[in-house]
This record gives sequence, structure tokens and C-alpha cells, in this order.
Amino acid sequence: MNLNEEQIERYSRHILLKDVGVEGQMKLLNAKVLIIGAGGLGAPAAMYLAAAGVGTIGIADKDKVDITNLQRQIIHFTKDIDVEKVSSAKEKMNQINPDVEVKTYNEFLMANNIREIIRGYDFVIDGTDSFASKFLINDACVLEGIPFSHGGILRFDGQTMTVKPNDTACYRCVFIKPPPANVVPTCSQAGVLGAIAGMLGTIQAAEALKFITGVGEPLYNKLLSFDAKSMRFREIKFKKNDKCGVCSENAHITELKDEEQAACDLTT
Amino acid sequence: MRLTINGKEETIEKNSVTVAQLLTEMNVEMPDMVSVELNGDFLERENYDGIEVQENDRVEFLYFMGGGSLIG
Repeated sequence: MNLNEEQIERYSRHILLKDVGVEGQMKLLNAKVLIIGAGGLGAPAAMYLAAAGVGTIGIADKDKVDITNLQRQIIHFTKDIDVEKVSSAKEKMNQINPDVEVKTYNEFLMANNIREIIRGYDFVIDGTDSFASKFLINDACVLEGIPFSHGGILRFDGQTMTVKPNDTACYRCVFIKPPPANVVPTCSQAGVLGAIAGMLGTIQAAEALKFITGVGEPLYNKLLSFDAKSMRFREIKFKKNDKCGVCSENAHITELKDEEQAACDLTT
Repeated sequence: MRLTINGKEETIEKNSVTVAQLLTEMNVEMPDMVSVELNGDFLERENYDGIEVQENDRVEFLYFMGGGSLIG
């Protein structure tokens, strides 16, 4: 496969980058990325990955667009209220870039279907809200050996790390197990500044593009954390946890199970 | 005693303090929503009461953050 004339123009600002070039753009066009969650993080990630020409983009979400989503989930428009999020997202991604094949998964990802869904993708973006989902995605990606980006936001803060299973620290290495369900901030206590979702989801998209093209260093073995009130960014460095339940030599998790849900819908 | 907490030098007016007490001392509102790294090792939440921090220890409080789409 070679780039046609229109593609050379469309991706010219990538191709001009010495580190990317035609070769890097070809890698993007041949890549498969799965975005789990078409919400605050998944929306900007999906738009940038589509614009970048990632050849196959999967998007998974069971929700429909709600008016409270529109403050930050910028892939969904006012006209999309009550439409399935994956359909709304696919429509916009195709409008941005018809080169991209968008695969939609209008379903809950659970222990019994996640491994089958993520298999075959080169990289996964975790844009989910609940800690049960975050641990499930981590464990599934570790067991399948698929690199992924973790992202979290709350109020004015964000955090992200990139995981290359077995080579670098995973989400469970750092966070060990989900917090007790009864202490997770309730919807009335939480909330998030919309643009924070854009900042974080865009960092996750950039990590996916870096990973596919092999440019630079992904956020391995460190958590990038920021506080938008002061707009200070910090990196917390760490190494693999030799007691990790899923990726250490002493791992006891060899198959997936669904954890109790603990999440706040208003932070999505 | 002097500690480095989240990259900042802090002085605690005590000679010995457990991780659980330190979370209270530092006004962490929801200690169950924090993963604690002590000198490079991540601690089990059940052990916050039993582990003491020492002079010059490096402590990181890493908050659990969800906040994408509710999916599972």
C-alpha cells in the first residue's frame, strides 16, 4: 500500500515531521486502536486518532448521549441526545476522516467478553469511569499482552500512565485493587472541569500515536499527574511491583472476574 | 521529622508516625482513595496502620481517578 495524492496532502503535517514521515504515516494507517469509553476521555482521543489516520479504530460504550455529557464529551453534539454514543462517535470520526474504519461495540465490557474484543488491537485507550472497569482493562491487557493508556480525571486533576505489559509497571502495580465501593466520591461531591477531559484524552491519543510510530518515550513506569488550578504537571516514577496480582512472578490473577461496581456517573 | 511528600519537603511535628496517621496529618480527606508509595514501594491499604515512616522517607499519595465513560 502506498499513500495516494490526497493522503499525502491530508497527512502532510505528519509527513513533514522527521520522526514520522511517510513510513510513520503508513504505520498509523495500518494500526488498530481500541478506545474503551466514548465519554470525556474517549471523545477527544477518538477525534485525534481519526484525524491522524489510524486505520482501524474500535470504540466501545453502552451508553446513550445525555445532555449532561455535552459539557465535555466533545464528539457528541446537541442533536445526538438519546443516540448511542458509539454511533454518534462513529459519525463524527467518519466525517473527520473517511480513511478510517470505525468498529463500534455497543456493549458493556465484562470479564466474559473483554479479552475477545481487545484481541487483535495494537493499543488500547482506557477512557472509562469506574475502577472496576479500569482494573478489568488492566488485567485483560496484561493477560493478552496489549499495551494501553490509563487515564483518570477528577474535578481539576488528571493522571495518566502508559503500560507495556510485563515490561513496565501496570495499573495494578500502582493501585493494587479497587477502592472500597462505599468511599468512592458520590456524584454530588465530584464533578470535573470539561477541558481537563480534553487535556487528558489528548495526552492519551498522543501516547497511542507515539507508540504506533515508535517516536519518543511513552509514559512507562511513571504517572503523569496534573492539577489544572495551578497548571502544574508532575511525574511520579516507579518500577514494577514485585507483589503485583497480575503481572509479577507471584501473580494470582490468571483469569478475569467482574469486580463490584464503584463509580460516579457525573464524572464521566 | 522531615519527609518528602509528593515531591515537597514537609516537617511533621512528631518523631514517629504511621502511614494512616500521616494521611490524617496531611488532611487527606479520603484515605481509601489513595495509593501510598513509600520509598519506591506500593503499600497494601490494610497495612497503613502498621507501617511507620522514618526521617527522610519519600512518600507519594497517588489518588484514584476514574472519570471517563461509565462502561462496565
